Amino acid sequence: MSETVKNLDDYKNNLAYDVKNLSLWYGKNQALKNINLQIEKNQVTAIIGPSGCGKSTFIKTLNRMIENIPIVRTEGEIIYKDKDIFDKSIRVEELRTKVGMVFQKPNPFPKSIYENVVYGPKIHGIKNKGLLMEIAESSLKRAALWDEVKDRLNDNAYGLSGGQQQRLCIARALAVQPEIILMDEPTSALDPIATYKIEELIDELKKDYTIVIVTHSMQQAARISDNTAFFLMGELVEYDRTKKIFSNPEDERTEDYVTGRFG
Amino acid sequence: MNYESQFIKDNKTERKYEFKSNYKIEIDEKRITRRIKLSKVSRYIFSLSLVFALLVLVILLYRIGVDSIGWLNINFLTGKLSIFPEKAGIFSVIMGSVYLTLIVIPVTLILGVSTAIYLEEYASNGKIKKIINTNISNLASVPSVIFGLLGLTVFSRMLNLGSSILAGGLTLSLLVLPIIVVSSQESIKAVPGFLKEASLAMGATKWTTLRKVVLPVALPGILTGSILSISRAIGETAPLVVLGIPTLILTTPNSIFDDFTALPIQIYYWTLDTVLTPEYANLAAATIVVLLGVLFIMNSAAIIIRNKFQKKF
Repeated sequence: MSETVKNLDDYKNNLAYDVKNLSLWYGKNQALKNINLQIEKNQVTAIIGPSGCGKSTFIKTLNRMIENIPIVRTEGEIIYKDKDIFDKSIRVEELRTKVGMVFQKPNPFPKSIYENVVYGPKIHGIKNKGLLMEIAESSLKRAALWDEVKDRLNDNAYGLSGGQQQRLCIARALAVQPEIILMDEPTSALDPIATYKIEELIDELKKDYTIVIVTHSMQQAARISDNTAFFLMGELVEYDRTKKIFSNPEDERTEDYVTGRFG
Repeated sequence: MNYESQFIKDNKTERKYEFKSNYKIEIDEKRITRRIKLSKVSRYIFSLSLVFALLVLVILLYRIGVDSIGWLNINFLTGKLSIFPEKAGIFSVIMGSVYLTLIVIPVTLILGVSTAIYLEEYASNGKIKKIINTNISNLASVPSVIFGLLGLTVFSRMLNLGSSILAGGLTLSLLVLPIIVVSSQESIKAVPGFLKEASLAMGATKWTTLRKVVLPVALPGILTGSILSISRAIGETAPLVVLGIPTLILTTPNSIFDDFTALPIQIYYWTLDTVLTPEYANLAAATIVVLLGVLFIMNSAAIIIRNKFQKKF
């Protein structure tokens, strides 16, 4: 008995997110229907599904960015560190400090590379110039961009290529030292080599971070993720180890999708 | 081993750096509380400035409203001007302003938007364009009296239009043209380049692209600038005073070559003559209410038109 309890505790401690009965509406349209899933720490969780299935909506709910759309209404719970993130005592500013996000299109600020990376640390009160420089360096190294930009940190970020811009955005997210990084189709606007670099980076990052990634590429999900969730029409159809999803899925719809029969 | 995996193998970066950060961004609850408070305070500051503007407007409307009570009636709106306050009506004055508007709108829109299109889409980016642009912005800040003098010289004297509606309308058009050119230029500049490319890539000509893609996207912005500046023209007094618009017109203007008087002018003269006849103050107040009403109707119409275009996108 005590063994089971201990295991259960271990399991719970190993969870980054515990999503319980999550439903979400855009006005009257229900975009997420009663989602239940657990996201494990230090793992890459991929979310796949056809366009409009709610995968982006879901990932944006995890740091409550979805609330920027005024007509959105949610029900259910997302437990993060023993607390429901929709609880009144949770402040989105705190939540989003701990849960970083990388968007579909690279969205660097029209500032220098250096200023982009230190934006987060600066708003969190770090003023020491030397420390900021160290943060910029370590974040850029972590995002595997340092060697390419170390000689032009004060150049405008728009001079970088698309793949570099995206890695800059990852460096910018890392500089705030989040625990979880949400990625909303981070490679959809990039070429295969830039995509490869980002995928390699994700593999590297999962040692220290929990990563949730939305992707429309099943190969990508198969390559980089440990767990995969398959969404369809706002429902979570199947959630399992990636190997299982891609080799022997339980649900017929999952099989149809991952074998390319629809979607 | 195929090419791709070979490439990936060659480029496989090894972990060159050890990642030990020597800083820690802690959730500083007090700092976040402070920042959230500041965020809320800023909201109040912004809303306060709105309250201030509204307050001034309300005071103005209240004073004018009180003064005009009893004077603003059907006879006042449909009657002819008179030196006797009790008999005075401002129908001809309203018509004067309407005629002015009917000249100012087409002249400024056609000339202003065309100029903006030329400068943004056709003119080559060079020194000359820079000089022209600077001068247009400069013109936008020239006092309206000077435009009145210009109108007096060119339209009244040289073209012999006297103090007709046409002369007044053209003068007011000159006054607002620079503003419309600048705001239209900004709206056209803001149209994303990829939209133009999409049209050009299908074999469309420059003019087709302008007409079907650039202008419809830029139109709401162009109209916003135009509405604001044309409303200003309707309320403008100084250039018309310089043109020598008569004080007392007993006939309603029938064509654009007739003499006329306009709402702001009438307000000005009545206010001046308050010393002689105190009741003129009430007439001026009533006329202000009418002018505000006219502007309100014009702006509402323009906003409705603008929203109609906006929905397409």
